[in-house]
Amino acid sequence: MIILIFLILTAFISLRVKDLLSAAMIFGVYSLLMCLLWAGMGAVDVAFTEAAVGAGVSAVFLISTILRTSRRSSD
Amino acid sequence: MVAIEALADKFNYWVYIVIMMIGLYAMVSKNNLIKKLIGMSVFQTAIILFYVSIGYKDEATIPILYHDQVHGAHHAEEGDHSDEGAHHDETHAMEAIAKEATHHGNDHAVDADHAEVDEHEADHVIDAHVMHNESDHAFEAGHGGLDIDPNQFENPLVHVLMLTAIVVGVATLGVGLAITQKLYGEFGTIEEHEIIEQLRTGND
Repeated sequence: MIILIFLILTAFISLRVKDLLSAAMIFGVYSLLMCLLWAGMGAVDVAFTEAAVGAGVSAVFLISTILRTSRRSSD
Repeated sequence: MVAIEALADKFNYWVYIVIMMIGLYAMVSKNNLIKKLIGMSVFQTAIILFYVSIGYKDEATIPILYHDQVHGAHHAEEGDHSDEGAHHDETHAMEAIAKEATHHGNDHAVDADHAEVDEHEADHVIDAHVMHNESDHAFEAGHGGLDIDPNQFENPLVHVLMLTAIVVGVATLGVGLAITQKLYGEFGTIEEHEIIEQLRTGND
């Protein structure tokens, strides 16, 4: 229940914040919370993959793109 | 009162709808291309959350067989259980498959009836399969069998499907970010309205 509420909060904040680097980090937190939720629901294989791919590789992709382009966002 | 109960009862599904709509809103109305892609990822994970919630059962554990459940089930070992009971050797599993193949021909219809009668969770394909397996033991009494109850385990079918969806999600995110970098090289910005402005005033 608490994880679900934090999930909504992190999704909202990561799309709200103007600095793209912090948006990427908060998106990583969102992925990790999602992973915890799935591990709690018994989908351990999905949770493993999400932890490796969602929180790890996606965040690296986003950060590398942000460093190659610009860090500011207009909205 | 009823509304509050429905809200608390299916809280996962309400959260899934909210997160999905947040992602859709970001995809449609954000100007920054990276923000759009983050919104797309949020949208995808919301769908995965929905499917994993479908497979969840109360009082159920993860879909893995433990040693004592497989013990004494040598004759009932089937092809799809041989990877779970990894301590059985290959030849044994092969033997069991051959045995099953000869066995299935005659009492398939009977099994189908049986599974429908005690349909507790028969709409789940995997559960139906496990039940099928159980009702098989009724026929070959004395051979021993897997003493498992399908309600004890969560439905692993949705987990397997969603595993693929996660990998597809990171692939689409990677392609989108690559296109974003190309656009930045071309236009010098990752804001959508500025790109459209440049296209309109004539980049040529």
